[in-house]
Amino acid sequence: MVHGEIWTLKELFTYPNEYIYWSLQIVMYPFMTGLVAGAFVLSSLYHVFGIKELKEIARFALVFSFALLFAAPMPIVLHLQFPLRGTMIFMTPHFTSAIAAFGIVFSAYGAIVASELWFLYRRHFVEVAQPLKDKQDKSLLEWLKFIVFCSLTLGVYDISEESLKRDEKAIKILAGIGIPVACFLHGYAGFIFGSVKANALWMTPLMPVIFIMSAIVSGIALCMITYIGVMEANKFSAARQATNTYSRTGFRSKEEIGGAEIHVIRMTSKYLVFFLISAISLELLDLIFRGYTAVKSWDVLRSVIYGRDFVSIFILQYAIGNLVPFILFLIPGLTIRRAVIGCLLVLFGVFMMRYNVVIGGQAFSLTFAGYMHYLIPVIPHNWETFKEGVVGALGIFIMPFVLFWIFMKIFPVFEIKESH
Amino acid sequence: MITRRNLLEIALKGTAGLALSAAAFELADPKKLFADIMSDKAKVRWVFLVDTYKCVGCGFCVKACKTENEIPYDANVTRTWVERYVQTKDGKVFADTPKGGRDGFITEKIALGSGQFKDIKKEDITKAFFVPKLCNQCENPSCVQVCPVGATYQAPDGVVLVDRTWCIGCGYCIMACPYGVRFFHPKYHTAEKCNFCYHRINKGMKTACVGACPFGARMIGNLKNPDDPVTKVIMNERVSVLKEEFGTKPQVYYIGLDKEVK
Amino acid sequence: MKNHVFRPLIVVIGLVMIVLFIRLFVVPKDFGVGERGYMYGWHRKSSEDDWKAFKVKYQFSPDYCKDCHSANYDTIMKSPHAVIKCENCHGPALDHPSDPLKLSVDKSREQCLRCHFPLPYPTSGRSAIRGVDPEKHNPGVECVMCHNPHKPGLGGMK
Repeated sequence: MVHGEIWTLKELFTYPNEYIYWSLQIVMYPFMTGLVAGAFVLSSLYHVFGIKELKEIARFALVFSFALLFAAPMPIVLHLQFPLRGTMIFMTPHFTSAIAAFGIVFSAYGAIVASELWFLYRRHFVEVAQPLKDKQDKSLLEWLKFIVFCSLTLGVYDISEESLKRDEKAIKILAGIGIPVACFLHGYAGFIFGSVKANALWMTPLMPVIFIMSAIVSGIALCMITYIGVMEANKFSAARQATNTYSRTGFRSKEEIGGAEIHVIRMTSKYLVFFLISAISLELLDLIFRGYTAVKSWDVLRSVIYGRDFVSIFILQYAIGNLVPFILFLIPGLTIRRAVIGCLLVLFGVFMMRYNVVIGGQAFSLTFAGYMHYLIPVIPHNWETFKEGVVGALGIFIMPFVLFWIFMKIFPVFEIKESH
Repeated sequence: MITRRNLLEIALKGTAGLALSAAAFELADPKKLFADIMSDKAKVRWVFLVDTYKCVGCGFCVKACKTENEIPYDANVTRTWVERYVQTKDGKVFADTPKGGRDGFITEKIALGSGQFKDIKKEDITKAFFVPKLCNQCENPSCVQVCPVGATYQAPDGVVLVDRTWCIGCGYCIMACPYGVRFFHPKYHTAEKCNFCYHRINKGMKTACVGACPFGARMIGNLKNPDDPVTKVIMNERVSVLKEEFGTKPQVYYIGLDKEVK
Repeated sequence: MKNHVFRPLIVVIGLVMIVLFIRLFVVPKDFGVGERGYMYGWHRKSSEDDWKAFKVKYQFSPDYCKDCHSANYDTIMKSPHAVIKCENCHGPALDHPSDPLKLSVDKSREQCLRCHFPLPYPTSGRSAIRGVDPEKHNPGVECVMCHNPHKPGLGGMK
């Protein structure tokens, strides 16, 4: 079987070489990079615009963005027929291609996030590394810790007030630069699709903007859920260890660990709703324009959008993924539980949007007289159906959470001390 | 205050960095870039001509192409294919391309996919014809534009080629082709497409499909040679191309291309 | 003391330098902008030669077969099958006669039906070719049992 044949069901008149080549991993790719960009924008809302209520979640969002950063290229690595050759994007980039430019933008963005994290946690690195440096006999674990934190200081041990103030300024500048770079990042992902004139569904100048808006929505939603999850888990474990004098996060009283702060959630959800409105408006605008202008491709697109993919687009994405959470967030007196449900639905909605764009764009043939049905590989029975199927996609989705758990040991997210 | 030493350090680092980057990416010579684009020194520009009146749908071209270019015979991909169009009295058009026409068209029934067929009565047919298709070796190939690593490119004589040692298998070129001529090679797993039998035309031979066609429905020529028979047809007779609206400037010309051809 | 704020930038620049250094070894020397410019001509130049060196399988030239197989050649050239190339039925010549020594021939019914399955298509050259209904005309029997492909007319019947 040729690549793509196993999960493609062709109907009526299609070209012989047409298959669904861009499958589930290509849906995951903009989804993951969207989460990266969205988490970063959320963090920047505090650092740049100084919205105090977002302070707690801002640090959290930045570390999570960094964890997501490593998971984001994974869908591409799994999709490429030659994953190791993927580094050629940096060796012989062809900048007329959106994917090549994306490689550079992504790396630049990674540098910004890493730098911002460094400035944010520099004091913590020094505070861990300095005593270890002075200590004479170190155990193996302490040696490892020493090496890691010593290198993370980048040789700078000055944590005077003046240097910390310079850190703050650097963070502000980086966060400021980072916002347009994050927009660029996801704009580029949208550009990858929007610039393909051969595909009647993808070709629209609105694609980059739609992708940016929905990326920010998904990033905010993910940060909110993970933040609630971690805070509640901390509260739960602290309550269980109420009699212990030492817990992993240091001794805290039950009052200090209040669980997820409701005012943080309410503030963040306001931004989520704002970006959700933008995303929905743009998508509806695109749909209305297509129907109104009714160019050559409209007949087949209409049969796909209103016929074959109706449930996927209007029920799953618009109704369950956009409308229901929209209502949930707008009802006054937002509770943690309602926020969690809303965020989960929003994430589902954004995922369905990526799915409907990527798979939907391949649901009709270039002939405009045939269709291709995507049979998602659920249970893998060979390497291809594993890496490009549900199992592979789930693995990639879980990866940032695992990484985040590891990163929390280096970048502690919940400090009581006011560092910045 | 900047000391002389500091200034020297900064200047050195700056120039070294810039020079290294510019040299590394080889984009720093605008004169060379422009010169190559403006002067089209190539003496040959390959161009193809298809006469759809002459094509009978025998499929010898598809079979020959697969053998000549080592595309596994049973794989459901092909560098060139033949489509069949049948228009009936009620104005409906039916089209199919069973295995790309590899085994010819040996049934009147139109293949609808999933083992279904459409029976068409002979009396209902108003017009019907065959359309061979292959890579158009466009003048502005959108597939080359989107390759992230420079694995696919246009040779000076107009043929678009794929470097199998460099292709990373992202599939962007396949998505970007409006004509659906690209696919992944089942064995090499790199992007693949018709390359006008580059190994044959550079030896003075014709492409395999042109050689195989018993009815002269396919012809290849050099657009830069005004005495070439193909060039003469293109310049003096009514011809058309596929999907002109995409701006790719395809270089496969058709005689008798019907409006129903997709 | 120098401003520590630029430390991360130095690290980034260091990484970029490393990538550029690796590039010197990994990228082939002939990789560059070709005659078609950066947009359409960014490639490894020797790839063109790789394709030019690809092995030729078919000859599709009457001159290649006619000297040794003059009898069959002369016969078929006098018939309506003159337009069919030898290799359409006999397969690619490759390095024949050295390798392979003998070429096979496709004698299946499907091979003949490619042209001789009747398709009454107005405006297409196909309707000018006479054909038979394979389900009624000696089904299951190879056409060549009775018909001579080099002399397909009634005069060549076996």
